[in-house]
Amino acid sequence: MKEHTLETPRKGRAIKARQRWNMQRNWSLHLMLVPAVLLAIVFQYIPMGGIVIAFQDFKPYLGFTESKWVGWDNFKYLFLYPDVGQVIWNTLVIAFFKIIAGLVAPFLFAILLNEVRISAFKRVSQTLVYLPHFLSWVILGGILLDILSPQGGMVNKLVVALGGDPIFFLGDGTWFRITLIVSDVWKEFGFGTIVFLASLSGINPALYEAAEVDGANRFKQTLHITIPALMPITIVLMTLSIGNILNAGFDQVFNLYNPLVYDKGDIIDTFVYRLGILNGKMSFATAVGLFKSVVATILIVISYRMAYKLANYRVF
Amino acid sequence: MYYKTKGYRIFSVANYIFLGVLSLLCILPIIHILAVSFSSMAPASSNLVGFWPIGFTTDAYVKTFGNSNFINSLLVSVKRTVIATVIGMVIMLLTAFPLSKEDLNFKGRSIYTWFFVFTILFSGGLIPSYILVQKLGLMDTIWALVLPGALSVWNVILMMNFFRGLPKELEEAAYLDGAGHIKTLALVYIPLSMPAIATLSLFTMVGQWNSWFDGMIYMSDVKNYPLASLLQTIIVQQDLSKINVDPSMLENVSQRTVRAAQIFIGALPILVIYPFLQRFFVKGIVIGAVKE
Repeated sequence: MKEHTLETPRKGRAIKARQRWNMQRNWSLHLMLVPAVLLAIVFQYIPMGGIVIAFQDFKPYLGFTESKWVGWDNFKYLFLYPDVGQVIWNTLVIAFFKIIAGLVAPFLFAILLNEVRISAFKRVSQTLVYLPHFLSWVILGGILLDILSPQGGMVNKLVVALGGDPIFFLGDGTWFRITLIVSDVWKEFGFGTIVFLASLSGINPALYEAAEVDGANRFKQTLHITIPALMPITIVLMTLSIGNILNAGFDQVFNLYNPLVYDKGDIIDTFVYRLGILNGKMSFATAVGLFKSVVATILIVISYRMAYKLANYRVF
Repeated sequence: MYYKTKGYRIFSVANYIFLGVLSLLCILPIIHILAVSFSSMAPASSNLVGFWPIGFTTDAYVKTFGNSNFINSLLVSVKRTVIATVIGMVIMLLTAFPLSKEDLNFKGRSIYTWFFVFTILFSGGLIPSYILVQKLGLMDTIWALVLPGALSVWNVILMMNFFRGLPKELEEAAYLDGAGHIKTLALVYIPLSMPAIATLSLFTMVGQWNSWFDGMIYMSDVKNYPLASLLQTIIVQQDLSKINVDPSMLENVSQRTVRAAQIFIGALPILVIYPFLQRFFVKGIVIGAVKE
């Protein structure tokens, strides 16, 4: 009894002292975080508060406080507005094929590159294929407009030489989608091989030696050693890409599209931009953007959980 | 050995050819643009130029640099790249250091971490950010290009993981010698992290140089456009109404050779730093990937 009454305040004091000690020792750590915290509040958290305009009929001259509240009207409108369904569909289709092609191409390229024995060839090849990743879609858009031009662009010259008719790659909806997917793979496949090459270099050479002794040829070795070794990272990349299913690539689409291909090439992000910034329908554009953000956040959280469960992979 | 068999040799030859062609495909469009930019007008506009200039001339570059809009934008791009990289690196280091501590030694660490990570998961979106920059009075200033992206949480995570990979004994030794957190960061951690800092600076520079969308929405006057935004307007959108050149110059800007020269100059800084970048980036990715 006596002990108990004595013990409690002493413990409390000890905790307080420890807290004070922690604060005294770490005040400079808190201080270091001040700029980042301020930046995050101003440029991330305040705009998050700005999504209230999705529930308003926002007029810039009235501001947040004076603009009329309309509840869920913008979201109802979202599902009634004729273009929105098509835009979401375009986004899903383009993003889906980009994700698949963006996984398969680097996977195959890494396996083939792994068979190269001349290290100079390997190095040069890697240098060349990584390069497009670092160029922006503005530069690549300019290049593609030039080489895909139906009036004698390089690619169409090749098409004609092979006996075809010039193709209007950026003016025909279906060709536009194909162009988006192919050019995205072209830009990113090289860079995508890095993670696969890293996994390949981690394979124990003894596995191949043992397979060799057992009489497996190189194809069999690839099938039973190389490909299984790449599976964990492939599963991680696949699950993490779920969060990207609504990201069809604003930069790319914006730099390649034109009114001719809006029906098949317009995606959520470009739609929000045209509607909100160019046409001034800020509330409706924010509602569409918010819809996308919420779905994407849910998908990202699910995909990270899955990656952790399936492959024990943690990002943070 | 498997690579001495006939079947594998045939595969190998085919493989070299296939990989060689694929690798060339990544660089040929750029070489084509370069060839066009150094060709004379006539062969270029009748699509005769392949991968080597026809009628070599530097005319297109002379015209490009004779355009005051272009020079202006080039300077804006250089300015934003330098300012944003310096600010970005300082903030990244200041943020990554406290977050690299153990929860036990730095109370509140996990709260801070989630506070930052949440901004990756969710964002207000385009329109609220646009209204904010407008309300802050940053429109048409360089800060509209620098401040919204000054804190890169991804960079912070990469740097934090790098700090965590450094031996703990160094930190302990510094504290025992009486150094505080600030001194430890400045005199122990930063000097040891130069390779990682170099990698992330180069990546930040590339990102800043390439960034075009912010310039287009936050700058109303074309003279404040960074180069990437200007190229977007005049080459991709082919909208020449915004640039104020006299009609005789207009043709100079829209020629195919001049467009090619502008594209190439836009890509040049990336091509120049690429060899340095490449040496680092495989390592850089490994930095972020290794965790305890």
